[in-house]
Amino acid sequence: MTALEAPGQTLNAAALLARRPWGLYVAVGFAVLLLVAAVAPHLLTSRDPSALDYPAALQAPSLTHWFGTDESGRDLYTRVVFGAAISLPIGLGAAVVGIVLALLLGSTAALAPRFIGAAVDRLLEVMFAFPALLLALLLITVSGPSAISEVFAVGLGTAPGYARMVRGQIKAAKGAAYVEAATALGHSRSRIVRVHILPNALRPLVAVFALSIGQSIVWASSLSFLGLGVAPPSPEWGALLDAGRSYITVTPWLLVIPGLVVVAVSIAATTIGRHLQSRLERGDRA
Amino acid sequence: MSTATVTEPPHLQPATDDVRLRVRGLRAAFSAAGGRREVVSGVSFDLLAGQCVAIVGESGSGKSVTARSLVGLVGRGGEVHAETLELYGRDTRRFRARDWRRLRGRHIGFVLQDALVSLDPLRPVRVEIGEALRVHGWGDRASRSRRVIELLTRVGVPLPHTRARQRPGQLSGGLRQRALIASAIALDPGIVIADEPTTALDVTVQAQVLAELESMKQRGASILLISHDLSVVAQLADHILVMQQGRVLEQGPAAVVLGSPSHDYTRALIAAVPGEHTRGRPLSPGSAPRQTERRAARGTDPVLEAAGLVKRFTGPDGSVTTAVRDVSFTLAPGETLGIVGESGSGKSTTARLVLGLERLDAGTVRLLGEPWSALPERRRRALRPRITVVYQDPLSSFDPRWTVERILLDALPREDRTSASTRRARLLELLALVDLDPELLGRFPLRLSGGQRQRVSIARALAPRPSVVVLDEAVSALDVTIQAQILDLLARLQHTTGVSYLFISHDLGVISHVSDRILVMKDGAVVEQGTPRTIFGSPQHPYTQQLIASIPEFDPASLTGAPLENPDPLPRPIDADADGRAVSSIRPRPATEVLS
Repeated sequence: MTALEAPGQTLNAAALLARRPWGLYVAVGFAVLLLVAAVAPHLLTSRDPSALDYPAALQAPSLTHWFGTDESGRDLYTRVVFGAAISLPIGLGAAVVGIVLALLLGSTAALAPRFIGAAVDRLLEVMFAFPALLLALLLITVSGPSAISEVFAVGLGTAPGYARMVRGQIKAAKGAAYVEAATALGHSRSRIVRVHILPNALRPLVAVFALSIGQSIVWASSLSFLGLGVAPPSPEWGALLDAGRSYITVTPWLLVIPGLVVVAVSIAATTIGRHLQSRLERGDRA
Repeated sequence: MSTATVTEPPHLQPATDDVRLRVRGLRAAFSAAGGRREVVSGVSFDLLAGQCVAIVGESGSGKSVTARSLVGLVGRGGEVHAETLELYGRDTRRFRARDWRRLRGRHIGFVLQDALVSLDPLRPVRVEIGEALRVHGWGDRASRSRRVIELLTRVGVPLPHTRARQRPGQLSGGLRQRALIASAIALDPGIVIADEPTTALDVTVQAQVLAELESMKQRGASILLISHDLSVVAQLADHILVMQQGRVLEQGPAAVVLGSPSHDYTRALIAAVPGEHTRGRPLSPGSAPRQTERRAARGTDPVLEAAGLVKRFTGPDGSVTTAVRDVSFTLAPGETLGIVGESGSGKSTTARLVLGLERLDAGTVRLLGEPWSALPERRRRALRPRITVVYQDPLSSFDPRWTVERILLDALPREDRTSASTRRARLLELLALVDLDPELLGRFPLRLSGGQRQRVSIARALAPRPSVVVLDEAVSALDVTIQAQILDLLARLQHTTGVSYLFISHDLGVISHVSDRILVMKDGAVVEQGTPRTIFGSPQHPYTQQLIASIPEFDPASLTGAPLENPDPLPRPIDADADGRAVSSIRPRPATEVLS
């Protein structure tokens, strides 16, 4: 793309401005805000997320209460801000669990001796065919609802899909001509896997993993919403949704606002992931 | 045909009825992302009834765009300008898409290079060909299907009734190409445009396709042939245009252009075609002359011995095919053994067996006296640097994340890696060996030209100081002048390093140019072996005889039979007066000029 731009080609300022990736800037700005909320929530709000104020219960969004208040008069904006410190680690943790599992399973399936690889292939197919939600339910029934079991349930649910991607990428890289060329030069197999196969196979997946964070947050929130994760007094976003559910006809913002936050987080993660992806793809052509 | 008329400057020529296509000052440009690039600058010629005009050039010469502009198919972002563009006397410059559609098929047939992508994979051949008839309202259903069979028979498709019911994927490359030709000539168009019609084909199939084009010409069709292959062009063309960088460097009757070319580039193109007559000579100007007498055998012990190689593959349905059956040969130090064969002959599998990349089902390979094929992989690894490989597609054989420097470093043997300075010195030595600028070390192969990539690939193969280099179709994807440079380079490297080559190619010309001895393979077996002289001079096996007979005759010496006494009447590019100096320039114009 850049190669076609002629030197001396003039672009006016408006065209230059239109070319900036504004969506990306907004996404990064939002991600920074989330990070601040998770690490130092007091910088964003002066209230206490669990301070009760019954007279101010169920108020609509206003200048004092930006997102309104819940049935006990707690400020929803403050709760959403404090919820970041619970929801984000769960989402990130679940993404990490999913990715690590996917890497282990996928690379075993592609690189291990044939009979082991085939066994892992079958295991992946079973996991893939099994509804992820059912798998999560099973795990939570066994270990009881908690943030930790939520992390593992979501991680386990997303792992098979990514594992298949890892497997496919590694298999493709294994068959590449440069791998054969390295073999012909007399390099050891372990060196070829380390130097050629893994980097080439996994690089395109970096972006996919960034995308999975957004997905994991949505998943974790849904589990909490179903009462299978963090329970309602906590300001976790899924729990907020769950708590707001009873008042959906009276005070819809209790449900809509946390829902929008979850959507926004996953859009931001996706936008950043996409950008990363196209950067990496362009890097291939460097 | 009236060759004399064509050599005249065409604007002085009286308009005749048999001029089917008249082109004057054709220009085509593409605009992309704010830049405009002219890819065809001033092409002029006449295509007469029963005549073949050929446009010859290497990649990027604008020959295909020229062909497409003539029939209104330049594609998106393309602009075409011409002083004259007449089809059967009608000005086509104002044609709309509808006018073109009425002409294409009925009056102009188009044969493209790759039949697999040009034919719809889901439609049987008879539907594909029948459609050309149907859209132009030809006959009824029954007569159309008779016509399809007739056409397939005419282009030499065996079992036309069976083939007509098959889909392109079920046909071999040669049959597909013939089916495509059949659909192009379905309505007996007066003009057939053939863009590299035989490039992907084996030489025996190529001979059949060329024969069909020749007989169409005999029947009065006009053929515009686009090709990079001078030997193909020499077979068919009456009039030749030589293009480079979008410009016509030279044009005239075939015998004159090929026999006594006036332009340096044409001369270089002709000299670059390898063959028996070029043995022991450099192919590209500027290459040091090669030692006429081949190097004396250094010791008699062969570096490589293959005995009774057998390789079978089991298909997904359990069927077993024997890709290589009982192949034996030896390779002496400093010798070049050529393996020639058509697609599916097992020549590449033989290469992979020799390289130890494929397990043998029977037979042995000995490398430098060691039982190479019997060694376990761990022990073989230590010997691998003694036998290296250069592939047809160098780009895919390089890790895309690596620069040239990293690629070459990776191939250096331990003794060359002792210190940063020895590494550096060896890298520079390797680059000098293959005539590459040290500046390229920091580049990614993707940013190199095809010839540079193959040079890097050769440097990598030589880095471990091997005894044998396997060259698997190593020059097949290159333009003919680049191929000539690489062949010259390989000859020089063999002379300086004494390395042995196992040279695998489908191209008989290349094989006869490089080989000391030749193995002819068919269906996995060696049908004949011998020196180039015996193979090409007195082939014994019927298949070898057929192969040799299929080679398009191309010996420039035989074309100089009708030399021109006075070089002045030589045809000049028609726009020479307008842009004389630029026409004769073979240097690319700077990017700024192209885009301004």
